[in-house]
Amino acid sequence: MGRILRNNISVFHSSIASLRTPRIALAAGIVVAALLQGCSGWIDPYTTQVILFAAINVILAVSLNLVMGETGQFSLCHAAFMAVGAYTSAILTGKALPALFPHFPWTGISLASQLTFLPVLLIAGTVAGIAGLIVGGPSLRLRGDYLAMVTLGFGEIIRVLLQNTNAVGGARGMEGILPATNLFWAVGGAVVTLYTMMALVNSTYGRGFHAVRDDEIAAGAMGIDTTRFKVTAFVIGAFFAGVAGALYAHAVEFISPEGFNFLRSFEIIVMVILGGLGRPVGVAVSAILITLLNEWLRDLSEYRMVVYALIIILFMIFRPFDALAPYFRRLLPAANKTPVIP
Amino acid sequence: MSEDPAKEVPLLEVRNCSLRFGGIAALSRVSLRIGHGELVGLIGPNGAGKTSLFNILTGVYRPTEGEVLFEGRPTAGIATHRINHLGMARTFQNIRLFGSLNVRMNVRTSFIARLSNGLLGTVRRGKSFRAEEESVQEEGRRLLEYFGLQEVATHSSRSLPYGDQRRLEIVRALATKPRLLLLDEPAAGMNPTEKQELKRLIGRIRSEFGTAILLVEHDMKVVMGICERLVVLDQGKVISSGTPAEVRTDPKVIAAYLGATHAVQGASS
Repeated sequence: MGRILRNNISVFHSSIASLRTPRIALAAGIVVAALLQGCSGWIDPYTTQVILFAAINVILAVSLNLVMGETGQFSLCHAAFMAVGAYTSAILTGKALPALFPHFPWTGISLASQLTFLPVLLIAGTVAGIAGLIVGGPSLRLRGDYLAMVTLGFGEIIRVLLQNTNAVGGARGMEGILPATNLFWAVGGAVVTLYTMMALVNSTYGRGFHAVRDDEIAAGAMGIDTTRFKVTAFVIGAFFAGVAGALYAHAVEFISPEGFNFLRSFEIIVMVILGGLGRPVGVAVSAILITLLNEWLRDLSEYRMVVYALIIILFMIFRPFDALAPYFRRLLPAANKTPVIP
Repeated sequence: MSEDPAKEVPLLEVRNCSLRFGGIAALSRVSLRIGHGELVGLIGPNGAGKTSLFNILTGVYRPTEGEVLFEGRPTAGIATHRINHLGMARTFQNIRLFGSLNVRMNVRTSFIARLSNGLLGTVRRGKSFRAEEESVQEEGRRLLEYFGLQEVATHSSRSLPYGDQRRLEIVRALATKPRLLLLDEPAAGMNPTEKQELKRLIGRIRSEFGTAILLVEHDMKVVMGICERLVVLDQGKVISSGTPAEVRTDPKVIAAYLGATHAVQGASS
């Protein structure tokens, strides 16, 4: 079963890569997102919520995959970039925009908030990207465990800063955020993220990320600016994490610093590893499955995390997603190397 | 090639380079010149400082004293990838291919530094991106074909036989269009047939690409057979240099390789 699935996925991979204009795939994905939004009247609120969370998790996992899976840099602060995006967007839609244009109606579905939501998402992503540049610039000279420590520290700094900034609610967080996120924005965002990552990696330029991951010394000797590639991956990853944070804030209407702690980062890492480091489609599928798993386990209340952890461990050992993770490159070396590279 | 290389600016000039790690002198006052298109062999026993010199040339280490000039320009303090852009490419003693990439993609990484389409162009996938991808693909294909690796182009680079991995590393370095190719013990671990093939390969690189080569090698048979000039390092010093015939009979070289007693016997006999 795993094998069949894996073959299908690799066919999917290569067909996307070989499309003369993958932009068609992008356009098709956005149309699907729009259609989904058009049908939103028939989808019950709970299902809508789950789809939103799944799409946001896809954005988070696929963007972290660029840093961890493709470029091989361990980052423990993806949730912090998400927080930067979430708070930036919440300030924009909650304070800045209504102050600038007080005569427009600012509700979640109002034309004004929907029309301004794209720029809000882009600004949130850009601010998170700048945060990524600030952290990544100096720290990406470090490797492995040291980089992990720096990113862990940065994540904590962001959380503590937010907790102690009264202007954004401190530990109480921000509430009453416009419910501007809908199926179109979330699913469309996931489609754009997936497209960007696959278009980026399936190119001569994108092989630079892989070269850096496989052998930094050799990559440098072949004229590849390794620091630049690492920082680029980090900034792009942070940008999309910021967009995901903005979508999240406008979906749940409430954010607090605790929602972006280390555990949140860790959850995204699990999605990336289970999906197969360096396999964007696999990572997207695993993000969706883990979102669903979280929902199914909701009834177990306090035992939820115990069962969740158990399932993750069992997944790691037996790897039923073998198809999605043909190799856990560094974790389980040389187990099953596939030469399938488009 | 001019008869007297001293009259023109050499491709590479190493001037009195020393490298010390604390109290240990890995290299002391090493000087070396390589002319355009020349094939120079750098030999010496284990620990003589060959790899240290290599690492100075490629910008991994900075010499404690002295300087390295590439086409008359000092290379001190220039990052490794920029040294490659200047026109110096290398292979590694322990093969360093990109293991997750196939043979074709390994070669393609060498074109990254010269791409005109960066991040945005790649994501946008416009006309110029597609044209560039096609030209890069074609250039890589021609290189692989020329060196007989086209049949295995889609294989994982790790699955190749040892000799082919070495060859691929050389092709990958050549794809960056160097004027000087530094080969670090390319014959290490090769069987006699593969060594013969390597010699032919080096000959073809010179005739076809006109690339100057600095060959660091343990294997005397390989070096003596193809190099026109040899430099012998021992304990961080250049102890001899000249044609293979001159170097072979130099008592200092024999002493370095076989020990002083043999040299005395060799000289007396």
